[in-house]
Amino acid sequence: MKHMTTPLTLEQVQELKAGDQILLSGVIYTARDAAHKRLVTLIERGQDLPFCLQDQIIYYVGPTPAKPHQVFGSGGPTTAGRMDAYAPTLMKLGLRGMIGKGYRQQVVKDAMQTYHCVYFGAIGGAGAYISRCVESSEVIAFEDLGPEAIRRLVVKDFPLTVIIDSQGNDLYEMGRKQYIKEHKHVHS
Amino acid sequence: MKEIKQEEIIQAVKELCIQANYELPEDVQQALHHACQEEDSMLGKQTLSILEDNAMIAKTSRMPICQDTGMACLFVEIGQDVHIQGSLQEALQEGVRQGYQEGYLRKSIVDDPVFERRNTQDNTPAYIHYDIVEGNQLKIIVAPKGFGSENMSQVKMLKPSDGVEGIKDFVLKVVEEAGPNACPPMVIGVGIGGTFDYVTYLAKKAMLRKIGTHHLDKRYQQLEEELLEKINQTGIGPAGYGGKITALSLNIETYPTHIAGMPVAVSICCHVARHKEVIL
Repeated sequence: MKHMTTPLTLEQVQELKAGDQILLSGVIYTARDAAHKRLVTLIERGQDLPFCLQDQIIYYVGPTPAKPHQVFGSGGPTTAGRMDAYAPTLMKLGLRGMIGKGYRQQVVKDAMQTYHCVYFGAIGGAGAYISRCVESSEVIAFEDLGPEAIRRLVVKDFPLTVIIDSQGNDLYEMGRKQYIKEHKHVHS
Repeated sequence: MKEIKQEEIIQAVKELCIQANYELPEDVQQALHHACQEEDSMLGKQTLSILEDNAMIAKTSRMPICQDTGMACLFVEIGQDVHIQGSLQEALQEGVRQGYQEGYLRKSIVDDPVFERRNTQDNTPAYIHYDIVEGNQLKIIVAPKGFGSENMSQVKMLKPSDGVEGIKDFVLKVVEEAGPNACPPMVIGVGIGGTFDYVTYLAKKAMLRKIGTHHLDKRYQQLEEELLEKINQTGIGPAGYGGKITALSLNIETYPTHIAGMPVAVSICCHVARHKEVIL
C-alpha cells in the first residue's frame, strides 16, 4: 500500500486512480454539515477562513468526545453527499482532497476534474478503528458546533481508498460492474 | 401491582445507551464473521475484516463502535400491572441524558428540525415508543439509530394490484439508492401492511428482530430469503466497493391492512445494528 503525506500536490493527486489504496499521514481538517455552511458563508462575504484550503484535505467527520486518556474519540466518515452543495466552492480555493463515504453528484465530479481534487473513502462504521490513526486533534474553529467544530488532526497511516479520482472515474460504479461481470455465470 | 422507582429506570437506560454503543449484538457479530468468510471480492473481504476488528476494539477499549451514536430510539413495553413512581417519560429521558454524557457518546440532536437546528447538548429528546402489554414487567429496548442509514429508509403506499412483485421492486430500488451511503453491509427491516405510520414501525421492528429468525408464515419467509439473495446479487458489496455481501440480513414484519392499500416500508441500518434491552 502506498504511503502519502499531506499536503498533497496537484501532481500527486493526478496520479491517483479510483481503487488505489493508500495510507495517509500528516495534517487534515475535519468539517461536516454546519461547518461547511459557515465556511461558504465566510467565502461569500469575502472574509478570512479559519485555515488555508490550498492543497489541503477535509475529512467529513463528527467524532464522539474523547475520553480523558484519549487523543480522539470514535471517528469514521459521514455521508459526503450532504456536502455536495458546498464542495465545489472549496475546490475553487484549492481544496485537494475530501474523505468521506457515499455517492457524489455529477456537479461535484465535474468540479473535481476542473480543480484537480480527489475523493477518498474511509470505512463507514469503523470509528473505533480509525481513531487509532489520529495522533493529535485540536479544535481550530466553530467550537460552539460541538461534534461539528473544525478540528486540525495529525494522522498516521490512515487507510483510505480512492473512490473518485480527478479524471472522473468512480469506484462505486467500477467495483460493482466488475463484480457483476465476474459473477454473471453464477447468477444466470 | 409491581412498583418500579424512577431511579431504577434511569440507571437501566443509562447503562443500555452505553452498552448498545460499545458492543455489537451477538447475532450481528456472528453474521459479520460469516459474511467475511463468504465474501469473494478482495476489497470486500478487507472491509469486513476491518469492521470485525473495529467491533473488537470498541468492546475492549470501551468506546463507541461508530461515531454516530444515533438518536436514541426507545421501545418500552409496560405491563398493565406495573406502577411507576414518578414520571416514566422523565426517567427515560434522564437515562438517555446521563448515558450519553457518561459514556462519551456523541450528542447529535438538534432542537428544531428546520430553523435554528441548535444542538441540545445532551442527545435528548429520545424517541420513545410505548406499548401496554399484560403482566407486571417493564421492558425497555434502547436502539440508537445512526442517520447515515436512517436517511436512506423509505416508505411507499403500493396498490394491492402491485402484488409481491411491486414489493420486491420497491425494496431493491431502496437498497440501490442507499448503496454506499448506508455503510453496507446493511441490516434491513421491511414492514408490510397496516397504515402509513404503522408500517414504518413494523419495518423498524423487523430490523431489530434477531438475525437468522424468520417470519412465521412460510410465504414471507421465502420472500425474506429471495430478497436477501437478490440484494446480494446487486454487486454493491461491503462499503460499496463491489462485492457479494451488500446486506447481512432482511427481516419482514406484517400486519392486516385496508382493502384499498398495501403499505411497504424499508428500514435501512448499517452493520452497526445496535440494540440492548432490559426487563425490570
